[in-house]
Amino acid sequence: MTARYAISDTLILAMRALRRIPRNPELLTSYTVQPIMFTLLFVYVFGGAIQTPGYDNYADFLIPGIIVQQMSFGGFATALGLVDDLKKGLVDRFRSLPMSRMAVLTGRTLSDIAMNALALTVMVIVGYIVGFSFSTSPGEVIGGIALCLLIGYAFSWVFAFIGLTASSPEAANAYGFTILFPLTFVSSAFVPVDSMPDWLQPIAEHNPFTNMVNAVRALFVGTPAGNQIWLAIVWSLAITFGFGLAAVGRYRHAVGR
Amino acid sequence: MPEHAIEIEGLRKTYGEVEALRGIDLEVESGTVLGLLGPNGAGKTTAVRILTTLLPPTAGSARVLGLDVVRDAAKLRSQIGLAGQYAAVDENLTGFENLEMVGRLYHLGRKRSRERADLLLERFDLAEAGDRLAKTYSGGMRRRLDLAAALVARPPVLFLDEPTTGLDPRSRIGLWEVIEARVAQGSTVLLTTQYLDEADRLADRIAVIDNGSLIAEGTSDELKQRVGGERIELKLERGEQCGAALSALTELAADAPWSEDGVVIVPVHEHKGAIAEAVRKLDAEAIEIDDIAVRRPTLDDVFLTLTGKPPEPEQDGDAEGQQTGEHEEVGVR
Repeated sequence: MTARYAISDTLILAMRALRRIPRNPELLTSYTVQPIMFTLLFVYVFGGAIQTPGYDNYADFLIPGIIVQQMSFGGFATALGLVDDLKKGLVDRFRSLPMSRMAVLTGRTLSDIAMNALALTVMVIVGYIVGFSFSTSPGEVIGGIALCLLIGYAFSWVFAFIGLTASSPEAANAYGFTILFPLTFVSSAFVPVDSMPDWLQPIAEHNPFTNMVNAVRALFVGTPAGNQIWLAIVWSLAITFGFGLAAVGRYRHAVGR
Repeated sequence: MPEHAIEIEGLRKTYGEVEALRGIDLEVESGTVLGLLGPNGAGKTTAVRILTTLLPPTAGSARVLGLDVVRDAAKLRSQIGLAGQYAAVDENLTGFENLEMVGRLYHLGRKRSRERADLLLERFDLAEAGDRLAKTYSGGMRRRLDLAAALVARPPVLFLDEPTTGLDPRSRIGLWEVIEARVAQGSTVLLTTQYLDEADRLADRIAVIDNGSLIAEGTSDELKQRVGGERIELKLERGEQCGAALSALTELAADAPWSEDGVVIVPVHEHKGAIAEAVRKLDAEAIEIDDIAVRRPTLDDVFLTLTGKPPEPEQDGDAEGQQTGEHEEVGVR
């Protein structure tokens, strides 16, 4: 098995995963309509009540946060896809073929990057409509976009692990949301951390998701970066490798019976 | 190609306490069809999963085309095709896209994968449906597409795990014809089934497994011999003449005749001539015959004799397959 085949097999399976998106309108919705809806809800429903000193408007504060949240949820297509593949016997078919075995996982997670890029584009456009604007250099903006996709990729491996652990799509959904909702909300994504109760602040402060949001905010709207960008990168890589290994382990376990 | 396409020696598989395979020895000659017959949970699917490199055996060894299923797994995968119980096609791809993807994953290249996809869609009577998503296919169409996927790379050895379970009779016969055509071109096929007529029709040799052990192996005729030869069954006009009929027919019987529910049963070596002889003898005794039939043992009889229980065609899937009955749902849209 050569590295060349590992790459081409991954691309073939990523293509396969992407083809299903437009054919399942509900999936496409999660990458387009849903992020638009959440952005509008936060800006117009909560925005007036949330104080964000130091920002021109709530949209400048919110957009980097809500984009990072959308990135972290983007991998759920991988979880659902893997549950389905295991259940329908497609994983058996793939494993009986002379292809790279890891491509089943790497193809799926790679396709998430494309979908996250779509969602990110949609959200930036909506952001501009509701008052957000980049206030950093083009280089920083590009860096921020790359970081968003890296964060999304890291969470794809979390979802890959969930998909290989869950017994049904419903269970995968439940696990995913139970883990990600507290993680993304107890963070600096939607409100300033110092507006939270004292006991909650240290948790939010040390939440890796806060580092990620702060890093993207620094790269998009020029807040002081501190060590946040490095922390965000290190966390993303750590999650990618940690959950990547865990997912590969689960994959071997799930199919080895 | 080696003389034996498949060689299995002392193959065992245990899941914790459960013994799925208890030491199986089996050989399949190149270019022939072996029918692996057994009730639910007998270990058929486990055997196929080991032979197709999906599952490592606990003990023993298996070689396909001389390649060890564990040590040479990567090499072996380009030589085999698998069509499973669950019609493993991607519902979100069209028939064409499914086959093209499989071809490319066999590393046939884009152009050749497309050619093969077109050819197979044509051959499997799916050409018109080739551009439709597989989720719109009927159960029979899905199975055909699944089988076509197994054939994309023209593998010399094919594993078919209950290829017709859950299909309507017409689709079954269609699928049988496709498999027969493939065998005529020299493929070796290992086919699991719980349908006796399927094994009878397709398989050169039949191996019966039950409870993880091989309990019989041979041609269909050899297995039928084991439960006894042909017999003549006679229904008389007047039931009280049974006794007289039995004594009249003892002479031509291969074994002592007996009667059951008013039917006189006469085992014979060779039914040719025996019917006329029986009619003559009964006529001579003025015993009138209502109905007369020659009955050959079916594989059902074989199965019942060997396993002590009738086959269970109503249930789908082996117990060791995790999603028993799952494909029913996808099969009947």
